[in-house]
Amino acid sequence: MHFESVIAGFGGQGVLLTGQIIAYAGLMEDKHVSWIPSYGPEMRGGTANCSVIVSDNKIGSPMVEEPGVALIFNEPSMEKFEQQVRPGGIMVVNSSIVEKKVSRKDIHVYDIPAGKIAKQLGNERVANMVMLGAYLELTGVVSTESAINALGKIISKKKQSILEINKKAAEIGASVAAGYSVDSLLG
Amino acid sequence: MKVLMKGNEVIGEAAIKAGCRYFFGYPITPQSELPEFLAKKMPEVGGVFLQAESEVAAINMVYGAAGTGARVMTSSSSPGISLKQEGISYLTAAELPCVIVNVMRGGPGLGGIQPSQSDYFQATRGGGHGDYQNIVLAPSSVQELADFTMKAFDLADYYHMPVMVLGDGAMGQMMEAVEFKEENLCSSLPEKTWATTGCSGRERNIINTLYLNPDLLEEHNKHLQQKYEQIKNNESRAETYLTQDAEIIITAFGTTARIASSAVDSARAMGIKAGMVRPMTLWPFPSSAIRETLTHCRSILDVEMNAGQMLDDVRLAVEGKAPVYFYGRTGGIVPKASEILEEIKKIGGISYESHLRQA
Amino acid sequence: MKVISGKPESLTDKKYHYCPGCMHGVIHRLVAEVIDELGLREETVGVASVGCSVLSHNYFNLDMQEAAHGRAPAVATGIKRVLPDRTVFTYQGDGDLASIGSAEILHAAARGENITVIFVNNSCYGMTGGQMAPTTLPGQLTSTTPLGRDVKKEGYPLRMSEVLATMDATAYIARTSTHNAKHVMKTKKAILNAFKAQQQGQGFSMVEVLSTCPTNWKMKPVEALQWVENNMMKYFPLQEFKKVSGGDQ
Repeated sequence: MHFESVIAGFGGQGVLLTGQIIAYAGLMEDKHVSWIPSYGPEMRGGTANCSVIVSDNKIGSPMVEEPGVALIFNEPSMEKFEQQVRPGGIMVVNSSIVEKKVSRKDIHVYDIPAGKIAKQLGNERVANMVMLGAYLELTGVVSTESAINALGKIISKKKQSILEINKKAAEIGASVAAGYSVDSLLG
Repeated sequence: MKVLMKGNEVIGEAAIKAGCRYFFGYPITPQSELPEFLAKKMPEVGGVFLQAESEVAAINMVYGAAGTGARVMTSSSSPGISLKQEGISYLTAAELPCVIVNVMRGGPGLGGIQPSQSDYFQATRGGGHGDYQNIVLAPSSVQELADFTMKAFDLADYYHMPVMVLGDGAMGQMMEAVEFKEENLCSSLPEKTWATTGCSGRERNIINTLYLNPDLLEEHNKHLQQKYEQIKNNESRAETYLTQDAEIIITAFGTTARIASSAVDSARAMGIKAGMVRPMTLWPFPSSAIRETLTHCRSILDVEMNAGQMLDDVRLAVEGKAPVYFYGRTGGIVPKASEILEEIKKIGGISYESHLRQA
Repeated sequence: MKVISGKPESLTDKKYHYCPGCMHGVIHRLVAEVIDELGLREETVGVASVGCSVLSHNYFNLDMQEAAHGRAPAVATGIKRVLPDRTVFTYQGDGDLASIGSAEILHAAARGENITVIFVNNSCYGMTGGQMAPTTLPGQLTSTTPLGRDVKKEGYPLRMSEVLATMDATAYIARTSTHNAKHVMKTKKAILNAFKAQQQGQGFSMVEVLSTCPTNWKMKPVEALQWVENNMMKYFPLQEFKKVSGGDQ
C-alpha cells in the first residue's frame, strides 16, 4: 500500500490539520507517513495545501507529483490540482463552495456538500471532517477510528469535547461518499 | 515511541534531549518554528531561550555561552547564516563547541523562502575568513534531523568546534514519525577544563582568537589542520542505495536525495541499473563511498537544489574516472522525481540500450 | 612593615603594551582594585574587545574571553545567561562600543543584562592609527578627518551614557574622567558602584571613562590630560546619569 494525497483549500478551512490527521492515523497503524505543507505568504489568507503519503514502505520523495487522491476545498485549488491527479485517481470536492465542475473524464469525482452538512450539524468548522470521512470511505487508507484518535492527540486536552461532532461529521461524509443522500442522513 | 513532529520542532526537541539548555537566535522563515518551540520548551527544562537583536549578536552570545562550557545552539536560514559567519570564524579559532542549524532557503540576497541547497559552498568551505572547516551534517529525513542534531552536540564537544546541521525549508516544514534515541549520545566526553567560569581553585582560563605572532598563528593553524585530518579519517559518512550493481550513480544529499531515491526506484522498474550515494556528512566529504562505485558504475549524475556545488566535491572524488553529469533546480524550486528520472534516462538510457544490443 | 600600595591580585605581572600617557593602564588597575576589594576575582569572567585593549586579557588576572569587534556585550550576555551568579564585565573602547558594536550595547542595555561595561572613550580609533571615532569631537583632527571633523559631513559625536541612561533597564550609568588624581578616584568610585549594582542584581551598569590618546592626538601626555579637561569634558559632561537605589547600598 502506498497512498499519495493532496489536500488543498483556503487557509482556515482545516486543510493542513486534515492532512495531519491522516498522517498521524497512519503512524498509529504502523505505516510510514510524511506530511509536507505549502508555506510562506500563501499561508496567510491565501490558499494552503499539503501533501500526505501513507505507505507500507519507507517513503522516498515526500513531494507528491501525481496525487492518487485530491481533497479539494475551494475553487482555486481545483484549478491548481485538477490536472495533477493521476489517471484513475480520485477527486473529492467540497461542492458547497466549489461551483465549477471537473472537466477531466479519467478520474473519479465525488461532490460532497461538506459545508452544508457541517452547517446542519451546527458547526461549519467540521466541514473538513466531512471531507476526511468521504476520503477514508473511498480509500480506506486508515480507519475512521484511527483518524478520530489522531485528532484527539493533535488537539489540546481542553478541546476533547469537540471530538464527538467531528466523528459524526466524518461518519456522514463517509456515508455520502458511499452513495447515501445527504437529506436521508441528516433527516 | 514514535511521534509525528515537524522537522523544525524536532531539531529543538533533539537539542534538549542532547542536553542543550541555551539557545540564542533571531526569527527568519522557514525555521521560525524552531525558536518558537524552544521559547516554550527551554523554560520548562530550566534552560534559556533568548531572542537576540540580530544574527550577529546571536552567534556572539553562542560564543560567550560556549566559552563557559555549556551546550549551546543557534539556528537560522541562509541570509541569517551569512550574518553569523563572523562569529563562526571566531568560534572555530577559539575552538568552542556549538551547534548551528541552517534551514536553507533560496538565495542569493534576500532570495526567497522556499527550500534550497545553495549554501553548500558556504557550509563546507568554512564560510567566514580564515583556513577552517566546520563539520557539516546533512539529514534527509525528520528522523535524521533528530539523530544528527543530537550527534552534532557530541561531535562539537569531542572536536571542540562548531558543527552545522544543514537542512532546508522542506525538511523543516515536513512532518514525519520520529523517535529520540538518547541512548546513542556519547557518554565519555573530555571534561571542559578550558571553560571560563571564574578561576576559583585553578589557573585562569583565556579564550582568545588573536595571535599577533605569526609563528604562533601558524602553529595554531597547523593544530586545526591536524584536527581536520583526524575528522576526515573518522567522521565521513554516506548512505548507499542499490549501488552494488549500479551503472549510473546518483549523488544527492538532504531532501534532494529523498526525491532522487524515488527516481532511482522508477529507473530500476524500467530496467535501468541506477543507484545512489547520499553523503550524510558534507564536510568531511565521503569521497571514498563514491569512488568505491567506480568499479562498475559508468556515469554519475549529481542532483542538487542549486546550480552545482557539491558537484565540485563529486568531481574531485571521481578524479575524472567517469563522466559526471549534473541536474539542479534553483531559486526554491524542488526538483521532481520525474525530472530526475528523465535525466537518468538521458544519460544512462543510451549506454544501457547499447549494453542490451551487445548482449 | 605594612604594605600601603601594591599590585592588585586581579592584575598579572605582564608589562603593559600601552603608549606613554595612555590611561588604559590606570583604568585597568582601577577595575582590578575594585574586583579585589569586592573579593570577586575567582568568580569573574571578563570580556576583552577589539581596539587598543584587545590584549587586556593579558593583564586581567582572571578568566577572560576575547570577543569580536563590537560584540563584547553579546558575548557577555551569553556568559551571564549561563552563569548568572558570576560577575561578568566587558572592557570596550569607543570605536568598539559606540560604532561597530552600537546594536549590541543598546540591546544588552535594553534587556537589562546584569553585566558591567567599562567604556573607555578617547575620541578616536587608537589601535588602527587615530581615525575618526563616533566620539570624535566636532573639528577634531584625525587621520580620516584631516581637516577636522565636519559635522555637516561626518555628523556629531554619540553621547552613549546619555543614550543608555534613558533606558528603563539600566541600573547604573556614569561618565567620569582620568585627567587628574581626583577624577581617577572618582572613576574608581563609579566602577565600584557599577560592580555593586551587578552584585545586587540591579541590571545593566556602565561607566564611561574619558581617556587620552597622546600618540594619535600628537600631544605630550600632560597636554593630552589638559585636552580631556578643556575639550572632551565640554562635549561629554561628567555625571552620574543614573543610579537605581536598592539592595544594601
